[in-house]
Amino acid sequence: MDFLNGITLIANYIVIPGLTYGSQLALGALGITIIYSVLRFSNFAHGEFMSFGAMSSILLSWLFISLGFTFHPLPTAIIVLPIAIVLTISYCIIIDKFIFKFYRKQNSKSVINLIVSIGIMFFTGGLIRFIVGPGDKNFFDGERFILKARTFKNITGLNEGLTLKTTQGITIVLSVLLVILLFWFLNKTKTGKSMRAYSDNKELALLSGINPEKVVLITWIVTGTLACVAGTLYGLDKSYKPFTYLHLVLPIFSAAIVGGVGNPVGAIIGGFVIAFSELIITFAYKKIFFYFLPSNFVPEGLLQILSTDYKIAISFLILVLVLLIKPTGIYKGKII
Amino acid sequence: MSNASRIKFLYILMTITLLLVGFFQSWNVALTIFNLCLISSIMTLGINIQWGNAGIVNFGVMGFAALGGLANIIISMPPTQNAWKVGGEIIIIGLMIFTLSIIFSILLFKKSNLNNKIKYLISFALIISGYFIMRLLVDAPIEKIEAIEPAKTGYLGGFNLPVLLSWPVGGLLAAFSAFIIGKISLGLRSDYLAIATLGISEIIIYFLKNEDWLSRGVKNVNGLPRPVPYEIELQSKEWVLKISDYLDTPITELSSIIVKLSYSILFFVVLLIVLFLLEIAVKSPWGRMMRAIRDNEVSANAMGKNIKQRHLQVFIIGSAIVGLAGAMLTTLDGQFTPVSYQPLRYTFLIWIMVIVGGSGNNFGSIIGGFLIWFFWVQSEPLGLWFISQITTHISDTNLIKSHLLENAAHIRLMFMGMILLITLRFAPKGLIPEVKR
Repeated sequence: MDFLNGITLIANYIVIPGLTYGSQLALGALGITIIYSVLRFSNFAHGEFMSFGAMSSILLSWLFISLGFTFHPLPTAIIVLPIAIVLTISYCIIIDKFIFKFYRKQNSKSVINLIVSIGIMFFTGGLIRFIVGPGDKNFFDGERFILKARTFKNITGLNEGLTLKTTQGITIVLSVLLVILLFWFLNKTKTGKSMRAYSDNKELALLSGINPEKVVLITWIVTGTLACVAGTLYGLDKSYKPFTYLHLVLPIFSAAIVGGVGNPVGAIIGGFVIAFSELIITFAYKKIFFYFLPSNFVPEGLLQILSTDYKIAISFLILVLVLLIKPTGIYKGKII
Repeated sequence: MSNASRIKFLYILMTITLLLVGFFQSWNVALTIFNLCLISSIMTLGINIQWGNAGIVNFGVMGFAALGGLANIIISMPPTQNAWKVGGEIIIIGLMIFTLSIIFSILLFKKSNLNNKIKYLISFALIISGYFIMRLLVDAPIEKIEAIEPAKTGYLGGFNLPVLLSWPVGGLLAAFSAFIIGKISLGLRSDYLAIATLGISEIIIYFLKNEDWLSRGVKNVNGLPRPVPYEIELQSKEWVLKISDYLDTPITELSSIIVKLSYSILFFVVLLIVLFLLEIAVKSPWGRMMRAIRDNEVSANAMGKNIKQRHLQVFIIGSAIVGLAGAMLTTLDGQFTPVSYQPLRYTFLIWIMVIVGGSGNNFGSIIGGFLIWFFWVQSEPLGLWFISQITTHISDTNLIKSHLLENAAHIRLMFMGMILLITLRFAPKGLIPEVKR
């Protein structure tokens, strides 16, 4: 019984939150990786694009709720997601047309594009705060839990409860679907293949008659979709606040680099590596030892490796470690 | 326009603008802006020597500025009674053990010729055991120190030395950490370097926020000593009263103007010294070498220049300047608040200043710092004015209007973004371009 209790504890505090946060990071890191491998720069504005997507979902779900369209067990934000995705994609394409295109035509260095993306980050951040304000926005409606701690305890008769929030379930399911769709698109369709060809060898791709502007357009469509879904899911799960997305950029970059920039599989792995190490390092192991060890062996104290306050700093620590030991990341980068 | 006339024009324009603020708003406001302009432009000079002259992307401005702020506490605050008795030394010893374990594993990597896997294993074990030994030693004394009057102290305190000393010390602290950060990340490509420095600066801020025994964390350290007299002291001085009579200004206002003015003089002297040294450096053979490395690393390498060493050197120098400015900023504020260090305000705003002013030109950096800080402060009322102008025809009870007015302050982020984007598009070399030598 103690053993099962311990397993439940780990599942409840590490596995489920890790899978949720990891999927959100993975979706964000995929966006950064794809931009990097096709357009060849680090997009610091990606966090704000995610924020833009989340904001669109919020505004649309408020509209739908006020018109009386709700779909009870599911949150409205999921129903309006397709429209929000279209809005985010349009915003990305407009930004590209007016700003990034100029530097692409000039063949600017990637560092110039990086600084440009900081300008866009400022602009988009200001725009979002101007539209919805800087405060906390909770836009979750519908059923809160798929599995409640008490129900779980009643069914199994264990001491420890297992909860699965609706947002967590939705996040994991939606991320899996989106990732499958993305890999199908990149590996099986002609457009996806042309995108990979372009990222692999630009000159050769141009010679074989691939239209560069079309590739760039597709890239922004893919990135916009990923950004909007990732932003909305993160906002649903943790409540939406514009400035948190600026801080989210760094864990996402860490995930992309840890996995190997330019490699989609790496981005996903990196997201989960970051998420799980954050949870594992800041988890208080006292209770686990309580279940797994005989009672007179249980040490004193909370048995945390690092205090929970350092949660986000861990992703940077891992980033630094990876840069020191293997700068190319887990999977060697730049192959899409 | 030639560079010299651009410099003259922009500097005169900036002076007139600040004077106008003085005449029409108030001299207090003008001097507050002027002081922060001075500090911003020193930070900008630090980043400019890295980016403009050596092409290094340093997004760690925030961390170095915060370390400069920390120097204020360590130097100028009085030591906390008993804190050293209950275990201050043990903390130092614990930290030293952890540092030693890291140093040993670095030495292991450099000197021994073992198999790589074994090296990783041993150094991993070394660092982990060093960390846990430190935790075993340090946890109890930290708790004791934080329990000493937590509302007032609860930290180690400082050395009770004059606060002006903390400016060079802040620079040294930043330089030391820049050495470590540079060793870690300077071999990387520019994108990675940007992200790595940004990440490390966040780690520094997290450390300062959470290690209460060092800097009181989020409880802030208030009442740092000042290098200039207090307003209340001034108000009883006879010469102040005389000036107040002569100028016909209230004594409270005059005393705060005098305080701000003395800060301005201090900061201005520091700015002049930094500018003078940097100008010498940029014009010297060393500066030429830096630019040669920036423009073509391969051929500079072929000429026998040690690129890694030079990059590390310029990274340390620039970061030290940022640390110096950060220390000055904390002295001006009179308190150390780790929460206030935000990458948007510190790192990215400073970068906008560098780009707009003109990367590679020290005089450009200064005017960039002045102009952008001025806009950053004034764009909040400007945004409000802008919105109220557009919405004059909408009735006051309209929901959209009140919402717009409420959020008008955030327009300033949009302004900043647009300024940066417009500069990059139409004047990529900045307001005062780099001098062709």
